[in-house]
Amino acid sequence: MAIPYEFAYEKPQNLEMAVKLLGKYGKKARLLAGGTDLANQMKQGFRVPGIIIDIKGIHEMEEIKMDGNELHIGSLATFNDLLSSRLIKENVNILHEAAGLVASNGVRNRATMVGNICSAVACMDSATPLMVHEAVIHTLSTRGGNSYRIQDWFVDNRKTAIQDDEIVTHVSIPLPAARYAGAYQKLMRYSGEDLSQANVSVLMLGEKQFSVAFGSVGPIPKRSLKIEHLLNEEGISEGSISRAKNMIDSVIAPITDVRATKEYRMHMSKVMFERALLAARERYNKPRVFFK
Amino acid sequence: MKKISFILNGEKRFIHVEPNEILLDVLRDRMGTKSPKCGCDSGDCGACTVMLNSKTARSCMIFAIETDGQEIVTLEGISKSGLTPLQKIFLEQNVFQCGYCAPGMILSATELLGKNPHPSRYEVQEALAGNLCRCTGYTPIIDAVLELTKKQV
Ligand code: FES
Ligand code: FES
Repeated sequence: MAIPYEFAYEKPQNLEMAVKLLGKYGKKARLLAGGTDLANQMKQGFRVPGIIIDIKGIHEMEEIKMDGNELHIGSLATFNDLLSSRLIKENVNILHEAAGLVASNGVRNRATMVGNICSAVACMDSATPLMVHEAVIHTLSTRGGNSYRIQDWFVDNRKTAIQDDEIVTHVSIPLPAARYAGAYQKLMRYSGEDLSQANVSVLMLGEKQFSVAFGSVGPIPKRSLKIEHLLNEEGISEGSISRAKNMIDSVIAPITDVRATKEYRMHMSKVMFERALLAARERYNKPRVFFK
Repeated sequence: MKKISFILNGEKRFIHVEPNEILLDVLRDRMGTKSPKCGCDSGDCGACTVMLNSKTARSCMIFAIETDGQEIVTLEGISKSGLTPLQKIFLEQNVFQCGYCAPGMILSATELLGKNPHPSRYEVQEALAGNLCRCTGYTPIIDAVLELTKKQV
């Protein structure tokens, strides 16, 4: 189905041109990378841009690379690029795991991770792995470069802190110096299409150092310092797990929709939290063993 | 209106498109390439699958104008010089019923076998996941892909 209204299209060949165009059109413009969200949103009338700026000509943004002790993921890196990247698999296994659960292969060939966090639909897969890793989002505009901590990025369902004239160039993930391991859990009906009904990321940075985030159970993903504090005090034990699970009631606020009820989301968030915690510990104790 | 060109099934083609035209519609209604089908029109079913620069993509979510200078291969393209071994085994084993999902299934399995000639059952399932089939229950399709990989040791 064609999109039932007219708009303009530009494909800048470098970042400078893209930034200029964005400076000129501001909120009338939408950036186009993989298009897997944008085309749908435009068909459904959620977004009605006057111009789309196709950024796929800016090849420098395709890169996934190390920069000192930070991992850089360019805005054009697709989920399948993440999946086939050794750097991602070995350094941010939790993101690797989440990328493999995004939609289907045909969608992962096009959909980008940065597009995922820019669309910021509540059920996105990449937010919680980035939250537990304290990723930073880097943008550029005619006013210069800017960066956002991931915890300040998400404002509401489909809304981020980005300004109308800014383009995300890349996301950086600081890699901890000492041993660490993470795990991702996603609740879905079947693989190949499904959006997450709830998801949990746990990162273990030491016997008593954890980072925990919940996704798809509120308008924006939620990191829980309260639960982290408990685990950082007590480490992993049957008692601490059950106390942490009870805390989840007051940490997340899932809703009921066509995909799941709020009670089911709440219950499963607890179950998945425990699974992710135990999986993270297992990997922490057996470094360099990667799971399917 | 912009004049774009792309390589479609090995031939250079030129066409004028508006930015709001979707690749699936342009292929089917304006270029006569009928193998990609419209199932869900929202990226979920895989019926509209084409290969864009050698990777499967869902043409219902691609603006035609984005494909300027790119290469597109559809089912018509991969079977230009006769059925491929994969298509032959699908035919022999009668794996499809209505066939609506077939173009997407064949392209997705072809992409997989190109990258990974001896996939596990899980890898086949994973590669075909998201190509929805309302008739077969998937098993015959997956079995046939695996059988082909055993033949081609
Ligand atoms: S029609 Fe494109 S994925 Fe269903
Ligand atoms: S054979 Fe009918 S949809 Fe697959």
